[in-house]
Amino acid sequence: MASQEGQQHPLSIYFWIWGLLFVVSFFSYMVDYLHLQGNLRWTLILIFMFVKAGFIVAIFMHMKWERLALKLAILLPPIAILVFIGLMAIEGDYTFLTRIEFFGESAMVPESPHH
Amino acid sequence: MSEAVLNPGLKGVASDFAGEKQAFHVPWGKAMMWIFLLSDTFIFSCFLISYMKVRISTTDPWPLPSEVFALSFGGDPIPLILIAIMTFVLITSSGTMAMAVNMGYRKDRTKTFWLMVATAALGAMFVGMQAFEWTKLIVDEGVRPWGNPMGAAQFGSSFFMITGFHGMHVSAGVIYLLVVAFRVRSGFYEKRGGNYEIVEIAGLYWHFVDLVWVFIFAFFYLW
Repeated sequence: MASQEGQQHPLSIYFWIWGLLFVVSFFSYMVDYLHLQGNLRWTLILIFMFVKAGFIVAIFMHMKWERLALKLAILLPPIAILVFIGLMAIEGDYTFLTRIEFFGESAMVPESPHH
Repeated sequence: MSEAVLNPGLKGVASDFAGEKQAFHVPWGKAMMWIFLLSDTFIFSCFLISYMKVRISTTDPWPLPSEVFALSFGGDPIPLILIAIMTFVLITSSGTMAMAVNMGYRKDRTKTFWLMVATAALGAMFVGMQAFEWTKLIVDEGVRPWGNPMGAAQFGSSFFMITGFHGMHVSAGVIYLLVVAFRVRSGFYEKRGGNYEIVEIAGLYWHFVDLVWVFIFAFFYLW
């Protein structure tokens, strides 16, 4: 059995990932600190988020070394969440437009610099 | 458990799931923890998706997290500083947890114990800072689940729901880690064949809590 001895890996890989997580977290904090706006801000937030999440799941949670059957069983179902996000984004836009339609533009308080 | 050699790759998936035999070649506790974490992923996703939906659909401006969560140490307020510190505390605890898992498999009980206690202490520190943040928001800023002076009323309910549920997970994790840590020290697992997989399973939970925070930090605080 592959995992009879458990997940034993050299300590150096944990130190590397640990350090990288600090660096990437610092970058994502800088996104806010430097007041980046618009698409650049959102793209960077998502990139740093997925890099951090990937490191945590792959290395700290040892998913990298698990068998494909376990990887697929755990990592495929969350795809359903993407569908849910899409549906609710459409629904949110619809609700927003309905509110504007019924309450008029006056429902909108003067726009803040970012939405 | 068959003695046959396990196939790698997709062929391995087919043979792992085929026939009346064990599908996941990991300890059952680890498979169950992963499945629990998968279900937890869906719960947190539902919270974050409902937050996205109310934020898209509100006609009031959304309060700026960068300003709401700014903190002043005598000088100008520094944006999101407390949240940044909380993030670093949680990442540090993830690192000590990964070390604890490694030491567990080396059967170094003393180091495993102290690393797990350090992880739990950092977790408790995180919850403490969260309590401070909540107090500041409720008492000083007047944020309530049904409204707040800064803008969209849904800000409060989203905030308390998401961070509250996450904080509850951290608190539960602190207790879980301490229970396992003291059992490691007392030699409880020696009587059960000296198997320290439980440290890795507890570690999975702890890393998951850190993982959820990555998403909360990105979507709630930075977006």
